[in-house]
Amino acid sequence: MKRLTPYLLALPSWMWLAVFLVVPMAAMASVSLQTGNAIDGFAMTFSFSNYTDALGRYSTQLVRSLWYGGLATVAMLVIGYPVAYWIAFKGGSRKSVYLFLLLLPFFVSFVLRTISWGFLLADDGVVFGTLKGWGLLPADFHVLATTVAVVGGLTYNFLPFMILPIYVALERVDPRVVEAAYDLYASRMAAFRRVVLPLSLPGVFAGVLMTFVPATADPVNAQVLGGTGNTMIGNIIQTEYLVNLNYPTASALSFTLMAVLLVGIFIYARALGTENVLEAAAR
Amino acid sequence: MSAITTLTRRPRGRIGDRLLHAYTWLIIVWLSSPIAVMILFGFNDKKSKSNTSWQGFTLRWYQELFDISDLTTALKNSLTVAVASTIVTVVIGTMLGLALGRHRFRGRGVTNFLVFAAISTPELVMGASLLSLFVSANLPRDAVTIIIAHVLFSLSFVTVTVRARVITLDPSLEEAARDLGATGWGTFRQVTLPAVMPGVLAGAMLAFALSIDDYVVTSFVNGSTITFPLWIIGSVKTGIPPQVNVMGTLIFGIGVLIAIANAVAARRSSRST
Repeated sequence: MKRLTPYLLALPSWMWLAVFLVVPMAAMASVSLQTGNAIDGFAMTFSFSNYTDALGRYSTQLVRSLWYGGLATVAMLVIGYPVAYWIAFKGGSRKSVYLFLLLLPFFVSFVLRTISWGFLLADDGVVFGTLKGWGLLPADFHVLATTVAVVGGLTYNFLPFMILPIYVALERVDPRVVEAAYDLYASRMAAFRRVVLPLSLPGVFAGVLMTFVPATADPVNAQVLGGTGNTMIGNIIQTEYLVNLNYPTASALSFTLMAVLLVGIFIYARALGTENVLEAAAR
Repeated sequence: MSAITTLTRRPRGRIGDRLLHAYTWLIIVWLSSPIAVMILFGFNDKKSKSNTSWQGFTLRWYQELFDISDLTTALKNSLTVAVASTIVTVVIGTMLGLALGRHRFRGRGVTNFLVFAAISTPELVMGASLLSLFVSANLPRDAVTIIIAHVLFSLSFVTVTVRARVITLDPSLEEAARDLGATGWGTFRQVTLPAVMPGVLAGAMLAFALSIDDYVVTSFVNGSTITFPLWIIGSVKTGIPPQVNVMGTLIFGIGVLIAIANAVAARRSSRST
């Protein structure tokens, strides 16, 4: 009985993960090779051409999604790193208060947050409308329905996921190591570049992973903040599945997206390497 | 020691610190500004159809909070799904967390991988694959399929939270209970469970928050059942009614209060021990 305990404890979750995570992936792989339509049904024909067709039609949106996701991730890194740095080293006894304030947006629904953000960016909204009223902006100035709005929205929505892992890594940095650098006549910049930055790389690595994948696959920001020229792959997959009921194309696109993300993560891990990162941390 | 530190060269950089301090506040204000807008426009006495410019203060939308019946139904659906999926997730996720944190068993590596895979699968792919399964199996989509999906994406978070708590437990506590004649079940109920409870509660709050907030996965598996986020997205084109702002404000307020109460309780218990 005692030897069975862990298996009994794990059994319900195993079944859930097997039936609703592993099997659906197999179902999606199977659907992606079928042909047919929603009315007469779909039949397995091993048509790998579904993939080439889907990519032929939607490569623009796929590339655009990777581009937007990448831009937003870089923006989050540049914007978020100094915040994580300041809280970790200068936050003092109020560190948890600052972190709480950064997490405040998460108490509002993701969808509602994005809409409110779009509301702030509206052509005649509180910000641009006022500036236009003062004559500080031309009347035809607009941000909504542009790349800036969508990438800005992605940056806004996922920023805390970048800040938190970097903060955790920086928080672990022993202040005495930084002291030692100063004692060895390092300038502030040199101490940061040669000591603090390498020690924080595992956090940067985690932060990039936690933001790039959801930002690239996100359909909400493009839908709420973007125009017709900002459609991302997430919107296409949603439309193909839910509106056009074109399950094979939609499945092929989902698989391609996942494959591209996995390959991207793999290359990234090799380039910045988890081992290299750990080595840098140990140095 | 102090003599040595005063001798060494120590760059000051006070201005840099002040700039960074101001910058941190700027980012906090930026992140919070849409929330301020949401709360403010729940009080807007709007006359026209769209709720985009300030037209005076009113409490009307708080009084007429449940006047849009579709929206009220959507909110009820969201709460039902969140409660149901949280209960299921907490039970099976806690069990798995205990198994992974306390026991060595065959398949542990695969289990850890599956838990990681469930966290790192993009929501979009998770929703799409679940729909592929339901379509292939000819399963109608309703509240049940939404609950199934929500349990799936919350499960790993609860498991990881509970596992982290279990690992920090001292196994000698359970041994002591057994030495004092407690049965296996008695030890679990009186020693193990109370000790992992903070992890279970944190996991439950996380599962509830993830469920009530979810749009992407739900949009694939909802059938004709509409949840709160789905209703909001559906009404973007026609204009969001102020009642949505009020509901968002109330959910925000309750969430913040629970988080603060939780932090205060945690601080108190850490002080008393």
